[in-house]
Amino acid sequence: MDLSYGPEYETFRAELREFLQTRGDEAPGRAGEVASLGGESLVRWQKLLIEHGYAARNIPKEYGGAGAEPDPLIATILSEEFGRARVSRGVAGQGIDMLVPTLLEHGSEEQKRSYVPPTVTGEMVWCQGYSEPGAGSDLAAIQTHGRVEGDTLVINGQKIWTSTAQFSQMMFALVRTEPEAAKHAGISYVLVPMDTPGLDVRPLKTMTGHAEFNEVFFDEVRVPVANIVGRRGQGWKIANTTLGHERNMLGSSATSEGLYEGVVRVMREEQVDGHSALESPVLRDRLMSLQAKTIAMKCHAMRLLGSRLRGESSGVAGLVTKLNGCQLNHDLAGLAIDAMGEGGVLYRGTDRSRENGRWQFQYMFQLGLIIGGGTAQIQKNIISERGLGMPREPKVAASAAKSGVKG
Amino acid sequence: MDFGLSEEQLLLAETVTRFLDERLPVPRVREVIDGDESIDPDAWRALAELGVTGCLVPETHGGAELSLLDAAVIATALGHGAAPLPFLGSATLATLVLRGAASPAVQSEWLPRLADGSARMALAAAERIEQRQDSGVTFEGGRLQGTALFVIDGAGADAYLVAVGDDVHLVPASADGLAIKALPTIDRTRGLVELGFEAVAPADSFLAVGAALDRAVDAGRVIVSADILGSCDRAISMSVAYAMDREQFGRPIATFQAVKHLCAEMVAAIEPARSLLWYAGHSWDEIPEESALLATLCKAHFSTVGHDLVRIATQVHGGIGFTDEYDLQLWFKRVGLSRQLLGGPEKLNAHAAELQGLA
Ligand SMILES: Cc1cc2nc3c(=O)[nH]c(=O)nc-3n(C[C@H](O)[C@H](O)[C@H](O)COP(=O)(O)OP(=O)(O)OC[C@H]3O[C@@H](n4cnc5c(N)ncnc54)[C@H](O)[C@@H]3O)c2cc1C
Repeated sequence: MDLSYGPEYETFRAELREFLQTRGDEAPGRAGEVASLGGESLVRWQKLLIEHGYAARNIPKEYGGAGAEPDPLIATILSEEFGRARVSRGVAGQGIDMLVPTLLEHGSEEQKRSYVPPTVTGEMVWCQGYSEPGAGSDLAAIQTHGRVEGDTLVINGQKIWTSTAQFSQMMFALVRTEPEAAKHAGISYVLVPMDTPGLDVRPLKTMTGHAEFNEVFFDEVRVPVANIVGRRGQGWKIANTTLGHERNMLGSSATSEGLYEGVVRVMREEQVDGHSALESPVLRDRLMSLQAKTIAMKCHAMRLLGSRLRGESSGVAGLVTKLNGCQLNHDLAGLAIDAMGEGGVLYRGTDRSRENGRWQFQYMFQLGLIIGGGTAQIQKNIISERGLGMPREPKVAASAAKSGVKG
Repeated sequence: MDFGLSEEQLLLAETVTRFLDERLPVPRVREVIDGDESIDPDAWRALAELGVTGCLVPETHGGAELSLLDAAVIATALGHGAAPLPFLGSATLATLVLRGAASPAVQSEWLPRLADGSARMALAAAERIEQRQDSGVTFEGGRLQGTALFVIDGAGADAYLVAVGDDVHLVPASADGLAIKALPTIDRTRGLVELGFEAVAPADSFLAVGAALDRAVDAGRVIVSADILGSCDRAISMSVAYAMDREQFGRPIATFQAVKHLCAEMVAAIEPARSLLWYAGHSWDEIPEESALLATLCKAHFSTVGHDLVRIATQVHGGIGFTDEYDLQLWFKRVGLSRQLLGGPEKLNAHAAELQGLA
């Protein structure tokens, strides 16, 4: 056990702190809020971060990144210091976090040159077109299909739960292109411009009152065959690389730490019968239970980092973050609401609502994350099957040996 | 940066586990707990050669002077084996109180004997953690009077360290006026005793050593957590193995998703807890300003997680898990005892809030 990072890393940290102190004011919004996607202030901030090597750090220079070697310790310092300073980390989301790594691994040179640089700066916003009405956990059951006519792929069908589609210029989609092939072998990974004629985005209002996601309809949508990433019919394998990236994004301990600090603030300030909510033994007991879990998840992230640095597999320990982290975040928001008593029901649009309804929003939003990106039950399948070597679900075993579930 | 157990620590875990598999397999554990002695004294002395009994004793007194994280690695293995050995009471709590509170002469007299396994000690400090009815010891006119409850690993100890307020008194087991009464508990792999004091004159007294007591209790909380961790690891591996083997409706019950998910929930709960435990152990060694809070939260968390986990493990087994004959109940009960020792979750959560100025 050695938790020191070493002098060269401490120098990096000191420089980053200095930067955040002197330039942090230029960041759009504050950490935790979503700065408007594709917005000018976000793009400007992102470019400044890339220039300093604080964003798109490991993306090669020729594709618009900072071109540094991947280093998990640097990544951890970045996450710690931006979190501490509560400053926006720049562009985040499915484009830079999921599509870019996929294109760098599987894309053609032309695809990389056209799409990676504008995605990295935040000028090009992407959405993920995987789920369909009939294909959620069983993602390989997708029906949206593409027929090849010369150089053109003609797409018909429907996607659903597509986050940020209404703000996106592009979608990376899974489309069935080989109707004769087996379930997992007939899918292609396709890049679709959202302004293509025949493509219709209908926002879906979620329980939070916002349209966090959409339905997307395809009616004879024509895109060049060259927009397929990798070879035709290889899309399932390629999609699984992005799903791996998504699983690492959800349930991060930095989110839990931020929420925990927020709950302490709420409980300190909320008055119940002339005493702060912190003085309620029952609420305080819940707070401490959640603090232990929050610290445990932080230690767990350090442990996984340790395995990565040693080049070891983290085994079953590496499979439990999403399940625990998303549930913890939901519980933290739930405690903040309870600490507010009846005031906990207030939502946006009244001064009486604390932080403009942040906690009710988080409570609902975090529930969405328990479901999205591979449900809690799918996570438990993965943990028991891949982690404990228990038998696979019958369906999956019969149709395809490889991971046949979204997660 | 390296978060995790070292090669040496992994080897230590393996060595102790192998020792227990050979010297104290479950049938032997059952023999010990069904017999007159509360521990296996031969195994304890044999463990001295591996440095276990004296792992927290300084080298100058013949110990191995290991870190608390090392001791936690040992405790995990002992929990995994449901070992009837006084690691918590003698090798951790009493040893650390001696180290932190006793005079050099008393240390020289006792620590080498604790290290070589020829003597055992126990700490009477339950009242410091939580004052219960019908208990409490006073020290007046050079005499101890009253009752100390729940002395961990107190049966067969050669001497007791008795906490009264911030003072500690050393009382040999043979002292006049001392009554030692075993308390039957659910977990027969570790013993609790009650000490009655009728005008007992201590052999020695160490005054105003509250800080040393607190630090020993913090260490004890880490060690109990580690014991729970080992017990949970055992319960999980037994459950998975049983589920793969047992058939109902013509197939292994491991193919039923309800059973798989119970197993997944157990690991999902225990893995982050393991990470927390390592950090709590490390902070006791290296980050003293954080260590009291971490030990407290760690023990509270393990009390909750462990308790749920052994219940789930029992359910995975069905009726057999509920029997005395099947071994799982040993760990169910061991965790049941650990949960209450040195403060249950509510007590510890309240303490953790106080430590941070949140109360
Ligand atoms: C906030 C949010 C954002 C999202 N964003 C996107 C996006 O941008 N792009 C995109 O493509 N998708 C997105 N999704 C979709 C998400 O990936 C799916 O909702 C998820 O995979 C579950 O699929 P489903 O909704 O069809 O539920 P179903 O798969 O129908 O699941 C319903 C219930 O059945 C259970 N279940 C299903 N299969 C199994 C099984 N094998 N074993 C045990 N239980 C099972 C599930 O756990 C769940 O409890 C988003 C979802 C949410 C909530």
